[in-house]
Amino acid sequence: MTAENVAPGDDSATPKSVNEPGDQAALVRLTGVNKHFGALHVLRDINLTVTAGEVVVVIGPSGSGKSTLCRTINRLETIDAGTIELDGRPLPEEGKALANLRSDVGMVFQSFNLFAHKTVLENVTLGPIKVRKARKADAEQQALALLERVGVATQKDKYPAQLSGGQQQRVAIARALAMKPKVMLFDEPTSALDPEMINEVLDVMTSLAKEGMTMVVVTHEMGFARRAADRVVFMADGQIVEQAPPSTFFTSPSSDRARDFLSKILTH
Amino acid sequence: MNVITDNLDLFFQGFLKTLGICIICLIGALILGTVIAGFRVSPVAPLRGVGTTYVNLVRNCPLTVVLFFIAFGLPEIGINQSYYVFGCAALIVYTAAFVCEALRSGINAIPAGQAEAARAIGLTFTQNLGSIILPQAFRTAIPPVGSVIIAMFKNSAILGAFGVSGDLLGNAILLTSSRGQDPTAVYLGIGFFFLLITIPAGLILQYLERKAVILR
Ligand SMILES: Nc1ncnc2c1ncn2[C@@H]1O[C@H](COP(=O)(O)OP(=O)(O)OP(=O)(O)O)[C@@H](O)[C@H]1O
Ligand SMILES: [Mg+2]
Repeated sequence: MTAENVAPGDDSATPKSVNEPGDQAALVRLTGVNKHFGALHVLRDINLTVTAGEVVVVIGPSGSGKSTLCRTINRLETIDAGTIELDGRPLPEEGKALANLRSDVGMVFQSFNLFAHKTVLENVTLGPIKVRKARKADAEQQALALLERVGVATQKDKYPAQLSGGQQQRVAIARALAMKPKVMLFDEPTSALDPEMINEVLDVMTSLAKEGMTMVVVTHEMGFARRAADRVVFMADGQIVEQAPPSTFFTSPSSDRARDFLSKILTH
Repeated sequence: MNVITDNLDLFFQGFLKTLGICIICLIGALILGTVIAGFRVSPVAPLRGVGTTYVNLVRNCPLTVVLFFIAFGLPEIGINQSYYVFGCAALIVYTAAFVCEALRSGINAIPAGQAEAARAIGLTFTQNLGSIILPQAFRTAIPPVGSVIIAMFKNSAILGAFGVSGDLLGNAILLTSSRGQDPTAVYLGIGFFFLLITIPAGLILQYLERKAVILR
């Protein structure tokens, strides 16, 4: 994987030609993506391709635009310029087509966001029943298997608030997996957790990565990045500054920004 | 006091009719108010416009004006109904604006992540509203919606004053004007029967409120 970043600060750049031939396995492709929050330029000419089965970890200082990047991929944030394609198709603007696309993109949030008025089991079956039109019995059977897999099947009848953070996040992963997504997005899935619960969530994510799930993971867990990532994407000030396999990135980062960032987070 | 005991049947019939009006308008106002609230949070701008205009117009008009507008305006365009129907329609239209705003406060109290997570698994706006947003909004909005509903129960008296006969207030007017009964006693009785509706309603609301608490 080579870095495909564009020169910094070039806001007016028009998106590049989207389809490079012979790159069929690209599952997610962002081309020339720009986004502003008012005057703040949060995403600057982002070009990023995630191939099927790849695990991409996004790291970078606070405010660098990692969450925003993650959220544009299922259009929870709109973009000002550029294109985003999922499985070769541009993201629909809105409506049913967009909802449809989102059902193929699993998302796990920092704050879990489990449906507070629904039980654990209902949280996991809701999508399959409402979106995939699955039969309730089938959806429940699948949900139980997923809850089993993430280790919270015994909690199935509880409400989210009755669970620990780590348990809630594992339910959230099961909820996303229940849609059989093509790609999973994780936005700092362990940042809201007490330290002793971080590993139970990372273990689930690591096993997902091993099974070949395509994943984009925003995280500060460098251990996870080393262990599970195929590629580390380093962002600063809304740009992708550098991207490399974890072994290369952690031992010999090529940019000063990355070196500086690593020295700060790895020393304490 | 024998005004009441002597005319117990009138009071009781009035009570039943008023109760009927309350129940019809309760259902109507909840449905219409929910629809308007859906408009107000819709991603479709024209629908939001309709919702906002509705609330601003209706909520800022006195109930009597809404009532007269419906009862005398609609026949002008060829819609003729009994005073009873017009009266209920006015009460529903008026109360729905308040139900809408109470619900909207409930919707605003839901953490943004709830709707976001629902969108992320592929629910459409309508599914999101129906499965995630409104069920949570109803639960948090039970106290304010409840106040609106109890106010509506009391406002239902306006139908009798307007000329609908046979409800509590209509019968009170019959007793005091046509039959010359002592207003103090009559209205004491009417008040009692209204309390017979509003106090249990309040208790039911308290019960619902306790049952519907969402743990966060
Ligand atoms: N909805 C919003 N409205 C306005 N500004 C926003 C919004 N969301 C994010 N921002 C700003 O955009 C910038 C990038 O935010 P983002 O959340 O993507 O950063 P991040 O890299 O995820 O940071 P962190 O590590 O703190 O989560 C920040 O300066 C943030 O304050
Ligand atoms: Mg973030």
